[in-house]
Amino acid sequence: MITQTLSSPGIESRYTMTREFLKWGALALLVAAALYLILALYVQREFVFAMLFLVLTASAVVVFASKRFYAHRYIFPAIAGMGLFVIFPLMYTVGIGFTNYSASNLLSFEQVQENLLSRSFQSESVRYEFDAYKTPEGYVLYLEGNNQDLVTPPINLAAGETRAPLVPATSVPDGEPLQIRDVIKLRQELAGVKLITGDKRELSQASLRSFAAIHPQFTLHENGTLTNNQTDVTYFPNHDIGFYVSPEGEKLVPGWTVNIGWDNYLKVVMDPSIRGPFFQIFVWTLSFAVATVVFTLALGLLLANLLQWDQIRGKGFYRTMLILPYAVPAFISILVFKGLFNQNFGEINLVLENLFGVRPNWFSDPALARTMILIVNTWLGYPYMMLLCMGLLQAIPRDLYEASAMDGAGPVNNLFNITLPLIIKPLMPLLIASFAFNFNNFVLIALLTGGAPDIIGASTPAGTTDLLVSYTYRIAFQDSGQNFGLAAAIATAIFLVVGALSLINLKLSKIKV
Amino acid sequence: MAMVEPRSTKYRVLASHLGMLAFIAIILFPLLMVISISFRSGNFAAGSLLPENPSLEHWYLALGIPYTGEDGVITQPPFPVLLWLWNSIKIAVISAVLILALSTTSAYAFARMRFAGKGFVLKSMLIFQMFPPVLSLVALYALFDQIGNHVSWLGLNTHGAVIVASLGGMALHIWTIKGYFDSVDRSLEEAAIVDGATTWQAFRFILLPLSVPILVVVFILAFIMTIMEYPMASILLVDTEKLTLAVGAQQYLYEQNYLWGDFAAAAVLSGLPITVIFLYCQKWIVGGLTAGGVKG
Repeated sequence: MITQTLSSPGIESRYTMTREFLKWGALALLVAAALYLILALYVQREFVFAMLFLVLTASAVVVFASKRFYAHRYIFPAIAGMGLFVIFPLMYTVGIGFTNYSASNLLSFEQVQENLLSRSFQSESVRYEFDAYKTPEGYVLYLEGNNQDLVTPPINLAAGETRAPLVPATSVPDGEPLQIRDVIKLRQELAGVKLITGDKRELSQASLRSFAAIHPQFTLHENGTLTNNQTDVTYFPNHDIGFYVSPEGEKLVPGWTVNIGWDNYLKVVMDPSIRGPFFQIFVWTLSFAVATVVFTLALGLLLANLLQWDQIRGKGFYRTMLILPYAVPAFISILVFKGLFNQNFGEINLVLENLFGVRPNWFSDPALARTMILIVNTWLGYPYMMLLCMGLLQAIPRDLYEASAMDGAGPVNNLFNITLPLIIKPLMPLLIASFAFNFNNFVLIALLTGGAPDIIGASTPAGTTDLLVSYTYRIAFQDSGQNFGLAAAIATAIFLVVGALSLINLKLSKIKV
Repeated sequence: MAMVEPRSTKYRVLASHLGMLAFIAIILFPLLMVISISFRSGNFAAGSLLPENPSLEHWYLALGIPYTGEDGVITQPPFPVLLWLWNSIKIAVISAVLILALSTTSAYAFARMRFAGKGFVLKSMLIFQMFPPVLSLVALYALFDQIGNHVSWLGLNTHGAVIVASLGGMALHIWTIKGYFDSVDRSLEEAAIVDGATTWQAFRFILLPLSVPILVVVFILAFIMTIMEYPMASILLVDTEKLTLAVGAQQYLYEQNYLWGDFAAAAVLSGLPITVIFLYCQKWIVGGLTAGGVKG
């Protein structure tokens, strides 16, 4: 650094020039790559994503090209990362909440139309039995018609998809037709063969021994309706529900994604088979988060108090031992508990049976399942509270306790009159953060119970131990219907709760920037 | 110390020791049990804490070596545990390095530079960080699906996607590092700038060497957070040989295919290094945790 400032002006400017050249070159390359991605997304009609990357690229160019935004260069990658993986998904999710996006309504209208128009069916009326003959130049297919037989030139079947013209046959080809087992061997190659008749009709293999004409299944009309060429039923596009519907109300699958307004939210409030489980899960989520915070705080504070006590020796040993549940990776300890609590061969039930002669159904009884979850989460969570409390307790002046001891106060008096009032203020934001974390403690539920046992009478997958997050996850990814729209609506509701919590937290912790 | 000591103190100390030892026994029970189970033969055999006929079969399988039982039956390892461990470590190291690099530079700007919208950006980062990524999984899935159509190493079922997705959780680390930078006297850098150093040089050669302790803390925290990450990896990764440990480990305990003993060995094998690292670094980790949360 120092040698640079002292070096001669000539070297200095050449160094700067090379740097400038490299900088602009790298920027140009990145922009070119980004523009390619944006264009590709635009061509695929993914406008939201194309827009997202356009905004990102444009702001990158502005920030890195202008001297005015020098400070922003340092924060740009982090902000872009947050925008791309936190804020954009959040907004996108809120958007999905107003649509019928689901496993049956996954595509856009154009994609659905394309999909339906690409379907075909085989006509039974134009059907030929065929024989295949092996010749030195390839295979010759001989089709027997009602009044005229047709034949192909030798086809090279190994070439994959093949199109071959059909010409009226003058005589049966020389040699023996292939045996049925040889035709079976050629099955894959034959399936790729399209035969074109003299009047431009296309034939493809319909069964092991026959070729038949293929027709498009649907015809698109000027007014946007589709007619099924096989059944002559006409389907009208219904942009309110995202399906092609026949006059009789029959829907064509797949449907497309449409905006359905507040329907998903109304469903949560109105539909009893969704409302009931939703509120049950909401209440359980709240009580789970509150109970976890209370239990872990009580245990952590107690242990921290004991570890602070001057009379206790071997603090290092106790501390290391007590911190262990925090040190073991959570995904391993949760699975360990899943095994230990197992009804039939879990070690906990073995101990309980030997001592008391009981074998609780930890996973199939709702109350027991909830108890188990609270036990496990307290085990997992108290070390964090203990560590926090140990830090905060150190800040309390010792002589306060001495004065209270002079007045004859016991440990309980000390706790409620000195310790708690002094640590509750700095602890409050951390407790709210812990509440928010447990409100959304997806990993615990997903790995321990998976939400089981199920709530009876629910139309969506809902379990008595499901938290709102795991409930949302199951609606989106595990249900056979994969109802992303409904899941996103519930996610939006959770966003609001968590957002309010974090605002309160920000106010309480009085963070200065 | 001239503390007033009631007579009952001796008994209270004894009771505290006994209470804590009993509590530690409860804490250790599940951990010791798993170690014990990993040495038992068979996947369902229950027994005492000390296995009656210890067997190394689960350990062979966990290490990826086919095990030949006494009756001559050869058992193949059910899952590639070491490969999962390797995947986890690879993903965690790469994303921890990226997170460290990006959040250090951002924290520098937030701590030392003045620019429009600083307070707003910092606060909104903190608020958005509270939202659980589980809720936007559908959007993230769609995002990576789309990117993957054009950039193959960032698509679904790639480690690149998991690494890049983990960058979204940077705000906490930016806050932690910024808190530390705020506590470093800025006159050192100012002196360097007066002597002709650029802003970047002042940051690189003066501030960074002074901040090594907090950088180590953030690296460890980011590393452990990525290793433990479950929901995102469970959606993005599909193939068995691409899974991370957190996603893979649960495959042992499906109701239809309950490999309790094999799981125990795999859990001890893969959990032990992380536990040891954590215990070794606990002092700094605790400091980092409270620094991010309490200090502004």
